[in-house]
Amino acid sequence: MTVPARRGASDVHEATCKAYLDRFATMRAELPGAGLPWLDAWRARAIERFAEHGFPGPRLEEWRFTNLSKLAETVFEPFPSAANGISREDLGGYRLEDGSDHLLVFVNGRLRPDLSSPGAPGDGITVTGLSRALEDDAEAVEESLIGAGDLTGEERAGAERAGEERSASLGQLNAAFMVDGAVIRVAANAQPERPVHLIFLAHPNKEPAGMHLRNIIHAGEGAKLTVIESYAGLADGPYWTNAVTHVTAEKGAAIQHFKFQAEGAGAFHIAVTDVDLHQDASYTNFVMSLGGILARNEIRARYTGEGVHCALKGVSLARGRQHVDTTTSVDHLMASGVTDETYKGIVDDRARSVFRGKIRVAPGAQKTNAYQLNQNLLLSDRAQADSKPELEIFADDVKCGHGSTVGDIDAEALFYLRARGLEERDARTLLIEAFLGQLIDDIEIAPVRAMARKAFTGWLAGLGG
Amino acid sequence: MEPLLVIKNLHARVEGKAILDGIELTVNAGEVHAVMGPNGSGKSTLAYVLSGREGYEVTEGEVIFDGKDLLAMAPEERARAGIFLAFQYPIEIPGVSTSVFLKSAVNALRRQRGESELDAMEFLKQAKEKLSALKMDQKFLSRAVNVGFSGGEKKRSEIFQMAMLEPKLAILDETDSGLDIDALKIVAEGINALRGPEKAALMITHYQRLLDYVVPDKVHVLAQGRIVKTGGKELALELEENGYAAFNAASKDAA
Ligand SMILES: Nc1ncnc2c1ncn2[C@@H]1O[C@H](COP(=O)(O)OP(=O)(O)OP(=O)(O)O)[C@@H](O)[C@H]1O
Ligand SMILES: [Mg+2]
Repeated sequence: MTVPARRGASDVHEATCKAYLDRFATMRAELPGAGLPWLDAWRARAIERFAEHGFPGPRLEEWRFTNLSKLAETVFEPFPSAANGISREDLGGYRLEDGSDHLLVFVNGRLRPDLSSPGAPGDGITVTGLSRALEDDAEAVEESLIGAGDLTGEERAGAERAGEERSASLGQLNAAFMVDGAVIRVAANAQPERPVHLIFLAHPNKEPAGMHLRNIIHAGEGAKLTVIESYAGLADGPYWTNAVTHVTAEKGAAIQHFKFQAEGAGAFHIAVTDVDLHQDASYTNFVMSLGGILARNEIRARYTGEGVHCALKGVSLARGRQHVDTTTSVDHLMASGVTDETYKGIVDDRARSVFRGKIRVAPGAQKTNAYQLNQNLLLSDRAQADSKPELEIFADDVKCGHGSTVGDIDAEALFYLRARGLEERDARTLLIEAFLGQLIDDIEIAPVRAMARKAFTGWLAGLGG
Repeated sequence: MEPLLVIKNLHARVEGKAILDGIELTVNAGEVHAVMGPNGSGKSTLAYVLSGREGYEVTEGEVIFDGKDLLAMAPEERARAGIFLAFQYPIEIPGVSTSVFLKSAVNALRRQRGESELDAMEFLKQAKEKLSALKMDQKFLSRAVNVGFSGGEKKRSEIFQMAMLEPKLAILDETDSGLDIDALKIVAEGINALRGPEKAALMITHYQRLLDYVVPDKVHVLAQGRIVKTGGKELALELEENGYAAFNAASKDAA
């Protein structure tokens, strides 16, 4: 008797991995920075580790709620062809209301100088593409990348490290294939007035494209910087944005970091933002996630100096069959750090939102003040939200707390508003806005606030009856 | 002239439990009716059924309001047709500002009546007038709906909303409960200000006191889901004197 060959999921994933390895072998000599010994070695080590670990599976705690098997079924071409049809006019909808002095536009993962206006260097800020930075100042790039979270060589226990590596294997794939991204450096005490805006457009052609973006954001001592990342898809077909962003705020630096994730309907968006905060640094991260079929936004923040102030905020808007994962991990290594974390999910249809938030307070990180809140509003019976806070506290003189809620629209409130004559839809909208609370209003920078408001209103307008 | 509200043989259930058991009630335009009755007799249920609250299932009977089949309408349609319910227990709605919500309610009604919408300035002007008539602080407007209001403030806020919406039929569910003497007078004035030949009110109350200020045309006793007695304003005095013993109220609790 012959048994028809059945390809199990793991075979498919293995085939995908193999395809990436083959692609790496043929492309490695042409990758940006090829020939730089440290980078060649770094990429080689990364692809090896990816080969060893493969795609992170649901057995890993970090990926328990987010299943990557669909992502792993497809080989996303890591060097997608450029889409030439895009002109400045196409950017209108993604631009800040009042423009920006520093604009980098990436299409299909590559910087498009013709669409960008990075601004003249001079006010202490330089904004370039990664490929270009590898040509101009590879040493600085090396310094920013080595020791980065996904490939760190720190002396941690072997098992823990292996686990971390496994769950970060997509970061390793990114390290192997990274082609471009933004490199933003602000000199000590420089405080450029206008934000830096990064627009990542995906305009996939026939083949599913994989964009392995790598961004570096560095604010020197006492520097001040605002960065906005906008991700958008110009097609509904499948593609994959795999972004890794390194953020460093030196002593006393202040960074406001925003992200609008509005990928195309069939897109996978996996992003890791790795944040190093030095003494008295302040960092605000705000993410609005509304695109893609599967999105994961992971933030890993380390407080390596005392007196850090960090605010992590986000809104996940999900409908249809979207899956939106917010994973944060905050490491209070030093004393007197403040973490103020609020994530809200609004989930409709059969969509799902996932929140995993870890706050670790190291021994000696006294006077830590950390609060984490995750709230979810389910707009349909089949919508789902998972929330997993995790506090690990090894110091005694700290204030730490967390809260997490999952609920429906309050039927009594809905009736109250309708009984006053409000259309059901308008009443629901009011209650959804009320649920969102101050998250958008609290954005200090007016054009960014306007962008968030517009995105949210646009999403609300798409609500079913 | 056709009555404003006609309730015929109204039966309703809540969570499978029969509460209203054949209500018959007719209210003409220009009239104020008081509905009294023991706790749990179905007064609030009647108010909710009239305003269209989900979960209140009408099993029999009909309600004609202003010539229309009220029960076929969604809550917001009823509101726009001129029904207003002042809740017995007004809920708090955090994050929804009173002015934003009320302006959109007022304008929904104005659209319905074919009137032009109020802009922010006009709305504010009207709101401030009504607030001062009710001796209420203007900061109410910027606060979230009922959030942090005292019991009495919530009741006043209901009357303020009523004043803004100018309903044809106001259903006031124990709006007098929890009010101090001064507030009661103010609220009564608010209700009286809305009386008119085309308007009517259904006041659910436990106390004669309110009826001293808002004199009803008729008083009904609702017990065990039915109107068991109807009289003039003197019926309220009688009830104050003798209670509901005559209507066998206790049996309801025992059941
Ligand atoms: N949601 C509900 N689920 C179950 N029973 C209910 C519900 N709402 C009302 N009831 C019951 O229906 C009956 C009538 O309640 P209702 O609130 O209408 O009384 P009422 O006359 O307004 O009383 P009160 O004077 O105390 O306000 C009570 O027995 C009450 O327990
Ligand atoms: Mg009641």
